[in-house]
Amino acid sequence: MAIRLYDYSLSGSCYKVRLMLGFLGLEYERVQMNFYPGRQHRSPEFREINPLGQIPVLEEDGLRLRDAQAILCHLANSHDASGEWLPRDAERFGPVMMWLMFAGGELMAASAARLHDALGYELDIEEARRKARAAFRVLDDHLTAREIAGARWIVGDTPTIADVACFPYVALAGDGGLGHEEYPALRNWMRDFRRLPRFRAMSGIPEFI
Amino acid sequence: MTVTTDPVALNQWVPCAWDGQIPVGGSLDTMIFGQPIHVQRTGEDSYRVAAVDGTTERELPVQVRYTCVFTTLGDTPRPLPEIAEFDEADRRITGCGNVGVNTSPYRLVENFLDMAHFAFIHTDVLGALDQTEVLAYRTEHRKEVDEIWAIDCTFYQPAASKAATGGQLTRYVYRVMSPFSVMLYKNVVTDPSRNDAICVFIQPKRETECLAYMPMAIVDEVSTVGDLIDFQQSIFLQDRVILENQRPALLPLDPTSELPTRADASSIAYRRWLKAMDIRFGILEKQAA
Repeated sequence: MAIRLYDYSLSGSCYKVRLMLGFLGLEYERVQMNFYPGRQHRSPEFREINPLGQIPVLEEDGLRLRDAQAILCHLANSHDASGEWLPRDAERFGPVMMWLMFAGGELMAASAARLHDALGYELDIEEARRKARAAFRVLDDHLTAREIAGARWIVGDTPTIADVACFPYVALAGDGGLGHEEYPALRNWMRDFRRLPRFRAMSGIPEFI
Repeated sequence: MTVTTDPVALNQWVPCAWDGQIPVGGSLDTMIFGQPIHVQRTGEDSYRVAAVDGTTERELPVQVRYTCVFTTLGDTPRPLPEIAEFDEADRRITGCGNVGVNTSPYRLVENFLDMAHFAFIHTDVLGALDQTEVLAYRTEHRKEVDEIWAIDCTFYQPAASKAATGGQLTRYVYRVMSPFSVMLYKNVVTDPSRNDAICVFIQPKRETECLAYMPMAIVDEVSTVGDLIDFQQSIFLQDRVILENQRPALLPLDPTSELPTRADASSIAYRRWLKAMDIRFGILEKQAA
């Protein structure tokens, strides 16, 4: 049952997977990718592994998976006996999927802003920041409503893969010139997330959130 | 901003691309000191750099060293430093691309010189929370080369480099080679007689907008280039968070505006040196009382 992760330390998407592997206490082999400046993820050799030329990729027992959100589903489905990280009941399953798609969709505008500011990607930075703020607003409003209802996590009473998927690019916002000042509920949620057992920070996540 | 008129800043060689960033035949538009420039790769090892003002171009000097493409806007630039380690045959020479940092170039140099933050910002890697003391070290202004050096620096490091397998008391020597470039020598984990050489060359685009280049000449037969880069970038992206949160972003040279401690001796020497050369670009002007 060997797990192998094609990984790059500064990738927020790879970080989602590293967090989940950590929370589940899983050992894994790390394949170091030279994402920047080497652009190894766009090499012909790596396109054999993922034709989309993206990381992370996770391999396990003949399975080869791309897309951080899909990998989170797989890890929770295969390795979480409690079933809490990926709840199957009708009340929680749909909402977890919904916020998971949000993490891989709208929230990725914050990733774009970060790639622009830190690694010099050429893109419309104002547009990226505007979209990221709009996504933060949606999640902050949701978490505010959850706080009023006496809850702490995005869905249900325990952290799920929706929280794992949303955390990195919210927490890394500063790398893309985006502050957390306007999002008090996001700050409370991030503080709770950081206190989870086996949480590990990555470069770019400030200590003071 | 407009192009700086500061002659000290203009007469520095600064990086404007990393070697390999531009494909042969391609080009890149960027900026130094507020001046738009056009960097063209004309051949495998040849580049052409020009200052662009509207439709007119002025060709600038260019040299490729230490994995970077350097240029200058000045007529009598301070020469690029000599770093002998980059000529040693068994060294792993690698750049790390460049990383954007929105602050003044001097804040970057000072952060690189600072050992006091190791335990707190690079916890479990370059420092440990139970061994935070910066032991006394010495600073020198080496007048023959006009550089600032900090010597006899030591710091306990749990994982000093990619090659490390345990903690060690790392010996450091720091060398400020120009207002916009700094390097360190740290003893190699596997061979105490040799030093890894790690540099930061800064491209100041505007006063508080920089690109940082990190060429390294490392003694390490095991790690891949990807490993070495990942380690260095992970460190730098931790620094970037605190760098972009320093206020003011411009560097004050008035000794009363920021209070140093003994651990800041290298930074004090750097600021005195900057003040003596009367550099103005990216410096906080003292406000009238």
